[in-house]
Amino acid sequence: MIRVQTEDFDIGAEIKALKAERTDIGAIVSFTGTVRDSAGEITEMTLEHYPGMTETELARIEKEAQARWPLQASLIVHRTGTLKPGDNIVLVITASEHRDAAFDAAKLLMDYLKTSAPFWKRETGPAGSNWVEAKSDDDTARRRWSARKDAAE
Amino acid sequence: MRLLYFAWVKEKTGIAAEDVDVPGDVGTVAELIAWLKTRGPEFANAFDRAEVIRAAIDQSHARHDAKIGGAHEIAFFPPVTGG
Repeated sequence: MIRVQTEDFDIGAEIKALKAERTDIGAIVSFTGTVRDSAGEITEMTLEHYPGMTETELARIEKEAQARWPLQASLIVHRTGTLKPGDNIVLVITASEHRDAAFDAAKLLMDYLKTSAPFWKRETGPAGSNWVEAKSDDDTARRRWSARKDAAE
Repeated sequence: MRLLYFAWVKEKTGIAAEDVDVPGDVGTVAELIAWLKTRGPEFANAFDRAEVIRAAIDQSHARHDAKIGGAHEIAFFPPVTGG
């Protein structure tokens, strides 16, 4: 399941909803990305996105993870709009019978989301406002999954 | 054809979306960018570093050599920075 929203999310409530009354799940992994301001440089972060394509991309990424691992459930929630340091940005939850699938799927979902979901961050601080630049580390992280897939084929 | 601009591409062009009649000899994303750059200084500036700009055809990521024939919506934006 995927959701794009301006409101905050409650990690505990999301895990509870995903588990519901199910007893076939043995492992649940969650990742939360938050607004970081390690040097007092950011007072605000605004997230812009491409409505329509964002949902399509997130659904495609989720399908990719489900095709690779036996997941019982998965959830991607991404916020947009104006956030403050410490605020939640993104939540990924994966559930599987055993932990490896849930850990690996959560990492792939984040690596793919970072490099293909059409979101853009703009940071504002005392020194002004600027668009966050994409990191080459994120591309490297994503490529690792392609390499693994090729090696397995 | 509907064109969309996001993040700093939008700021530089000064518009978020527009409907344009693309000349018939514009067949690829790269050719569309080259044509857009001729439309005024703000477009020339926005697409100055064309190699860093990403494109999507009908809401699906597309390379600069992708054909645009039949597309309804083409979007231009910087590398994504979500998550």
